[in-house]
Amino acid sequence: MISYALRRVLSAIPIALIAVTVCFFILRLAPGGPFDGERALPPNVMANLRAYYNLDQSLPMQYLIYVWRLLHGDLGPSMVIDGFRVSDLIRIGFPFTLTMAMSAFVVATAIGIVAGMIAAVNQNKWPDYVLVLVVMIGVVVPNFLSAALLQLVFGVYLKWLPAGGWVNGSLTHLVLPVTVLAWPHAARISRLMRGSMIEVLGTNYVRTARSKGLGERLVLARHAIKPALIPVVSYLGPGLSYLLTGSLVVEQVFGLPGIGKYFITAALNRDYGIVLGTTILYMFIILALNLLVDMLYAWLDPKVRYR
Amino acid sequence: MTDTVLSIEDLSVTFDLHQSEVHAVRELNFSLQAGETMAVVGESGSGKSQAFLSIMGLLAKNGRASGRAMLGDLNLVGMDKNRLDQVRGKDIAMIFQDPMTSLNPSLRLKTQLSEVLVKHQGFDKGKAIRHAVEMLERVGIPEPGKRANAYPHELSGGMRQRVMIAMALLCQPKILIADEPTTALDVTVQAQMLDLFKTLTEDFGTALVLITHDLGVVAGVADRMMVMYGGRCVEKGRTDELFYDPRHPYTLGLLHSTPHIAHRAARLDPIQGLPPSLEHLPKGCSFHPRCAFCFDRCLEERPPLAPVEGGREKACFYEGPMTYEAVA
Repeated sequence: MISYALRRVLSAIPIALIAVTVCFFILRLAPGGPFDGERALPPNVMANLRAYYNLDQSLPMQYLIYVWRLLHGDLGPSMVIDGFRVSDLIRIGFPFTLTMAMSAFVVATAIGIVAGMIAAVNQNKWPDYVLVLVVMIGVVVPNFLSAALLQLVFGVYLKWLPAGGWVNGSLTHLVLPVTVLAWPHAARISRLMRGSMIEVLGTNYVRTARSKGLGERLVLARHAIKPALIPVVSYLGPGLSYLLTGSLVVEQVFGLPGIGKYFITAALNRDYGIVLGTTILYMFIILALNLLVDMLYAWLDPKVRYR
Repeated sequence: MTDTVLSIEDLSVTFDLHQSEVHAVRELNFSLQAGETMAVVGESGSGKSQAFLSIMGLLAKNGRASGRAMLGDLNLVGMDKNRLDQVRGKDIAMIFQDPMTSLNPSLRLKTQLSEVLVKHQGFDKGKAIRHAVEMLERVGIPEPGKRANAYPHELSGGMRQRVMIAMALLCQPKILIADEPTTALDVTVQAQMLDLFKTLTEDFGTALVLITHDLGVVAGVADRMMVMYGGRCVEKGRTDELFYDPRHPYTLGLLHSTPHIAHRAARLDPIQGLPPSLEHLPKGCSFHPRCAFCFDRCLEERPPLAPVEGGREKACFYEGPMTYEAVA
């Protein structure tokens, strides 16, 4: 198990490097630059700015400088907001984004797994049909639309919850955005869980467990859940990346003080520093979570440890 | 040997399909004596597995069983699942055909074995594991203490079937149902496995039901046998009698489609035709389209299972001499 973990960690290093490289160059392919405004800057100012941010160097050189700084833990400066660095952004916005995305992730995963199990056990009965309906809505409706609808119904008409904005420490302000984020995730998880649970309940080893007279509850808890979780766990990594990127939009719609607000502004302004820094930050988070998922996977399916 | 441990009366199994229903087993009657070995023989689809799955409460969701399966005073057919769970695994255990998929891939062997004892004997976990390891040793698993910590994929098919046997016998059940226990194994392992069955069921006084289509398996171990065709029992009696003097053309056909080391036949003689579809069983005797001894009565009327001399029973109208030559 330990050697498996070590191998996974080592194999993550080249993946991280490739991701950094791709992000860096793709961003530069986009037309425009951080200093293109409606009014052109004087050439000497422009030259100074470009020199300050190393933009006057060749692209491969800029890349090497960037990677060198990255290896020293420096995600770089903003090229639009003076004196603002990616690390400042992370300090200000990231705790909020992470709290929101993580609570959505935990809530959605738990709800999804339980709902999927209930549906599988009651296959083709009413709980199953209700779930399919709720899931379909979750998967089909995009988050900016569901956000607007929920704001309208619960925030404006019913006035049960605040429609947007943020008051420090107020949980009620988090309910709607977390719901919007969690719904599609929970829907996908429950669909996976339902499918794999139905499959597992039909396997020979579950029949063996039943033949031993263990009782349906123990059969489910000990013999069915663990193998049924395997496809669900493999979705958790990509699922979380959907949540994190989805949170950018949701923060914008609800006017919440996370990274999203800065990221979207930065992308529109071609702020290479912020966009690249944020992207790479997300990349590292997703990579780390995928590592975690791999470990979980090895625990669920002992065969994986030997590959 | 006169203690009846299981008595099956008019057992029928029906599956609901979308438009119709299929009768997999019809009015099956037999009894099983303590400690004996009974073979249940038939082609695929003869209902032999479904009959016993229904007793264990393991039918697919669209399946229903009717009739009675008396284990002592308890009728297992239609029994409440909670009540049934106090019996299955303890008094009546089952081993399945495919050892590769019958063990849970994500749990250690010791967990899968010990849970039976924890549930039925109320052992604590440590004691249950110690018993499980002892049982692994009895079924011939080398280094049982180490193996108990293994996962199923670390064992070969033969070893896994040994684990299944150990698991089924942990509570020393009165009845062990083995559904084609050797079909998925190498021929060399098959013989070892049958020896193991024989020894252990004798040691524990467990009655063994051996479901198989392999008459070679039956000959070696079974005291009695029951031949099934199209969901019904067509002949039953002592194994040696049925082997040397079959009275039902289907039994005769099965015997002749088995290779025999003494007769160096150039080719085997399989039974002509295919097993019938259970949805459209032929009128009259289900076997008549494939039967060499069939006459007009067989086309119209279904022969009931009736006693022949010597405690045997058969379901056939034909009373004349039956020889292999007549079939050919």
